[in-house]
Amino acid sequence: MNYIGIDIGSTCAKLAVLNEQKETVLKLVQPTGWSSVDTAEEIRKKLQDENIDPEREACVATGYGRIAVPYADKMITEITCHAKGAVWLHDCDNVVVIDIGGQDTKVIRIENGMVKDFVMNDKCSAGTGRFLEVMANSLALRPDEMCDLAASGGGTSISSMCTVFAESEVISLIGRGEKKENIAFAVVDSIATKVASQAGRFNVGKEEVCLTGGLCECDYIRRTLEEKLHSRVVSSPEGRFAGAYGAALSAMRVRK
Amino acid sequence: MSNYVEMWKELGMDLETHDALCQVLPTAFGDMYLSQENRPEGMGFWDFVVSEIHGIRPSELIEAQKNGQKVFGTFCVYVPDEVVLAANGIVTGLCGGSQFWVPGGEKVLPKSTCPLIKASVGARLERTCPFFRIADMYVGETTCDGKKKAWEILGQDVPMHIMDMPQMKRPQDIEKWADEIKIFAKVVEDFTGNAITPEKLSEGIHVINERRKALKRVYDARKSKNIPISGKDALLMMQIAFFDDPVRCAEMANKLADELEQRNKDNVSVFPAGTKRILVTGTPMAIPNWKLHHLIETSGAAVVCEETCTGTRYFENLVDETKTTLEEQYAAIADRYMGINCACFTPNSGRVDDILRLAKEYDVDGVIDVNLKFCCLYDTEGYTVEKAMKDAGIPVLGIETDYTDEDAEQLRTRIEAFVEMLG
Repeated sequence: MNYIGIDIGSTCAKLAVLNEQKETVLKLVQPTGWSSVDTAEEIRKKLQDENIDPEREACVATGYGRIAVPYADKMITEITCHAKGAVWLHDCDNVVVIDIGGQDTKVIRIENGMVKDFVMNDKCSAGTGRFLEVMANSLALRPDEMCDLAASGGGTSISSMCTVFAESEVISLIGRGEKKENIAFAVVDSIATKVASQAGRFNVGKEEVCLTGGLCECDYIRRTLEEKLHSRVVSSPEGRFAGAYGAALSAMRVRK
Repeated sequence: MSNYVEMWKELGMDLETHDALCQVLPTAFGDMYLSQENRPEGMGFWDFVVSEIHGIRPSELIEAQKNGQKVFGTFCVYVPDEVVLAANGIVTGLCGGSQFWVPGGEKVLPKSTCPLIKASVGARLERTCPFFRIADMYVGETTCDGKKKAWEILGQDVPMHIMDMPQMKRPQDIEKWADEIKIFAKVVEDFTGNAITPEKLSEGIHVINERRKALKRVYDARKSKNIPISGKDALLMMQIAFFDDPVRCAEMANKLADELEQRNKDNVSVFPAGTKRILVTGTPMAIPNWKLHHLIETSGAAVVCEETCTGTRYFENLVDETKTTLEEQYAAIADRYMGINCACFTPNSGRVDDILRLAKEYDVDGVIDVNLKFCCLYDTEGYTVEKAMKDAGIPVLGIETDYTDEDAEQLRTRIEAFVEMLG
């Protein structure tokens, strides 16, 4: 039996398949596009190409598009799945997980491997991947390029929390002739400040923090968060798949 | 809804806009309520009231007015109904619970006002709710800043009396509240032309106490391990209690309680065994605000109690019925009302005690503390509530929301995650 985890986020869909020994059989990431239903169908085809029949294997769907996966045996929220995935990836039972997603940012406190408490941003997109993406666009950079560039910048800040207003701020900084790296610095600083204030409710301090989600691949974001939170922030090269792994691990408890 | 067009016309309502409201309500009610399985038969009365919400009770009120009775519109559980009853007056709750009225309120109020106030002002000024048209006098109170200033705007359109609520609960504050009740009684006497006697007040106190007891019986039945009634249904009864005739309301609540007690004996539950039990705390949910209950009860959990103004705060504690002079009766009324714990008081540690007690009595798995957007008082007190729950080892989720549906799916994710967290 294989265990399939599908995490359909607002920006990217992630797939992870584990075997009985919890070894990764298959993983992939693709843009969600405009239709979660189509994305789920594409994932089904990719699974079939690898001779994995989602109807016969245990499958759990998570993420905001979790309802769009007709062949999933169960739906579980991304909060539970990210927690499970992060515990597994980092082999650590007591930890705070920060997941910076496309449209929401989650801070999850885990005690003894179980979700103990969590906060999510409300309607606003400040401090999310989408915020970063919009700002990168206005600088004509890819998000990862902007993050790398931010490391060599400084001295500037943006104050707007609203993505639309912040974009105007970035545009006026460009107009003023501010260096790109300084603007990139300001954008990353804004996100990290917002995320840190969200995590502030949990008094993160002594605990280790795991960063998951698409932005965990950027080391500069991880370091900036470390500074703001005054605690050690770790990430895994597979942090982007934390939700999908969590879903696959949950699939192990599905009875077929 | 039956044909009440003539009545609405006579009330000077904006019929065209009102039609739009009449069209959406049955669909919303059908989706959220009638789709529930195994509902108590006793819900029939409350369903019927909703189906005729802008017709049946308003026509009763108009009939009463024709017979010389006065209708007082209120917005808060601290306004003492018994005083109005003692002068042969009628009380009707006026809180607006629909997004439909919010844009009307935003024409005169800041956007950063809570939706309950915006909807209430909108319903009056836009002339789209018969209850707001019928009430001869509005009774406001100084519970929060948003309301205080809203009264000034409403007062330009309708006769208003404002009760000055204490902000603390020291002995001198409770005495002051008894004074306020006396002042209110004088206003009611003058407005109705009826004198309030100890006998009349005693009757009023008794009627309202009986309603409290009946509503509490329904709540007590919800403490059972099986879940005899959905949170949504119990909420509907509470919402209607605010504007229905108090004697009939008590009779119907008692009838419902009889049925629920029988269900408890027969171990009948409207949710599968093992469904997580949730205590909702926080801001009131005026009719037709069923949003949070619906989200919770379609996310694998059940609401078994509400520590809100449309919940326990409305019926908890009785007024002492043994007093025989007006002076003593007003003091007894003041005592009862000052025993309710609203976030507008400081300090308000009694509310945390209430929540901890209710969590135990109703055997809940978790608490969802909700505040209407821009309700600074409940939002701020949320910190204290959440901390107290965590210290007591009770899982808690804080939610801020309004009357719109735009955050529904995000809320659903959080509520589902919370339910998953409960195990």
